[in-house]
Amino acid sequence: MTLFLTLRERPAQRLDLSPLVPHLLAGKTAAEIEGIALQTTRVRVTVGDAFRLRMGDAQHIRIENACDRLDQIGAGQNGGDIEVIGDTGVQTGRLMTGGRLTIRGNAGHWTASGMRNGVIEITGSAGDRLGGPLAGEVSGMRGGVLIIRGNAGARAGDKLRRGTIIIEGRAGDHAGSRMIAGTLIVRGAAGALPGTLMNRGTIVLGETTSLAPTFADCGVHNLVAMRLMASFLKPFSKGAAALLGRPLRRFAGDMAVSGHGEIFMGNSNP
Amino acid sequence: MRTLTIKGIRIDDTFAEAFGMRATALTITADSARWARQAAVTMTGFATSVIGCGLEAGIDRALPARETPDGRPGVRVLLFGMSTTELQKQLAARVGQCVLTCPGTACYAALEGEEKLRLGNALRYFADGWQISKRFGGKHYWRLPVMDGEFVCEATTGLTKKAVGGGNLLIMGASATTTLAATEAAVKAIDAVADAIMPFPGGIVRSGSKVGSKYKGVIASTNDAYCPTLKGAVKTALDDDTASVLEIVIDGLTPEAVANAMRAGLRAIVKLGPKRGAVRVGAGNYGGKLGPHHFHLKDLVP
Repeated sequence: MTLFLTLRERPAQRLDLSPLVPHLLAGKTAAEIEGIALQTTRVRVTVGDAFRLRMGDAQHIRIENACDRLDQIGAGQNGGDIEVIGDTGVQTGRLMTGGRLTIRGNAGHWTASGMRNGVIEITGSAGDRLGGPLAGEVSGMRGGVLIIRGNAGARAGDKLRRGTIIIEGRAGDHAGSRMIAGTLIVRGAAGALPGTLMNRGTIVLGETTSLAPTFADCGVHNLVAMRLMASFLKPFSKGAAALLGRPLRRFAGDMAVSGHGEIFMGNSNP
Repeated sequence: MRTLTIKGIRIDDTFAEAFGMRATALTITADSARWARQAAVTMTGFATSVIGCGLEAGIDRALPARETPDGRPGVRVLLFGMSTTELQKQLAARVGQCVLTCPGTACYAALEGEEKLRLGNALRYFADGWQISKRFGGKHYWRLPVMDGEFVCEATTGLTKKAVGGGNLLIMGASATTTLAATEAAVKAIDAVADAIMPFPGGIVRSGSKVGSKYKGVIASTNDAYCPTLKGAVKTALDDDTASVLEIVIDGLTPEAVANAMRAGLRAIVKLGPKRGAVRVGAGNYGGKLGPHHFHLKDLVP
């Protein structure tokens, strides 16, 4: 049976929900869970203060009535599943290593920051620096699958190192900036200068987007690798799989750095 | 020795003696079944015997498009070696020379295994820095730019140490024509058995060998006891009604696969009957002391 946490009201301060992941709640009693501190200021707020708890198996957590002041939901999650009804704050699913995290709403900035494995799905839109590193970190997302059904903000996939990001809507400016490797798929258009300073990795854009002159046109191709990836993506996003099944124009870049990265564009007229 | 006669065909009360081998399997796909098969045939060419060729290899079966990783028609190939080192060396050389070079192909692991052999990991340097690594769905692929687009190759493939090599049938007939007919029928039946291959040309070997020779330094020589033209001159194993002998050698990923293959072959030979096919079936062994696997014909007859 699922463990339910229903937010009583919009909290007066931002709350850090990183303790509320399956492996940290396993074996705890209701009283112990209600005593966990979540505050980010000097004013103490516990789970019991902020949420109505209905006990259940901590492998399945459902957070209801969520709002954008709930930060780090699913941070460090290594298994089980968490479902959130409502919006989330910053760093949703940060450093996640396994399991499934579903947000039925919008997620804030740094969603899936440094994610290593597992699956995150956001039914709404996500903020800036999707999967990206925090200041001082060497790389962003490095594994797993991240699906945004809506749009993403600026620098989606910043410093992406491994794993797959699917944005079913549009991406903001500098999508895939400084990518190290991995795959970023945007079904719609991207904002200004996608792939800025990308070293390696693959960006797929469903709609024509103007690119920096440091991306070199390599012609239209129908590659086996894209078919392989399409069959992998199909259970996550039929639209992304369909996009990869079409002939795509390949641009090599960013030539301002190594030029070993690539942007594929769905509409073959650049 | 002879104890069984089934539908007029004499089945020797003997066994095939087989050895443990290292093996791996690949799926090769291409834009058409014709080119997938071409790559498979080329890479399994000159792979009849570990003694002379370094490994034994063959086509397990054709794969319809819905069964392959990239949704294109393919072929499953099995490769058998005596050591992991030699199998690895041969695998890289053969995929590099015969699959990488073949138009439109891609190459994937077709065997799960705790231990891995390097596949794309060994070939990626061909791309001279333009190789692209992709990991998704628990798999690791390499993309190598080539003149017709890209060669996609899985990074590693599984290795099994439980494979068996050297299952065999000796098919004896009254003429070369009927012996070949019986052997061809057996090959066709064994082709349908999963996880087993027949590495010799068309699945058949006509030059069976014995260990040793009268000449110094020659490790194997013609199996004179089964040569019909020497029937009167040597201590022959042949009967008066035998004018031709052919052998089928079988390698399998498991002992069960080899047994299934021998069973299927025997059934086909018996079904064809002695008039149009073989009059007698035997099997090759070394007295049972060398190989750990013994496949007794009497356990496999239909």
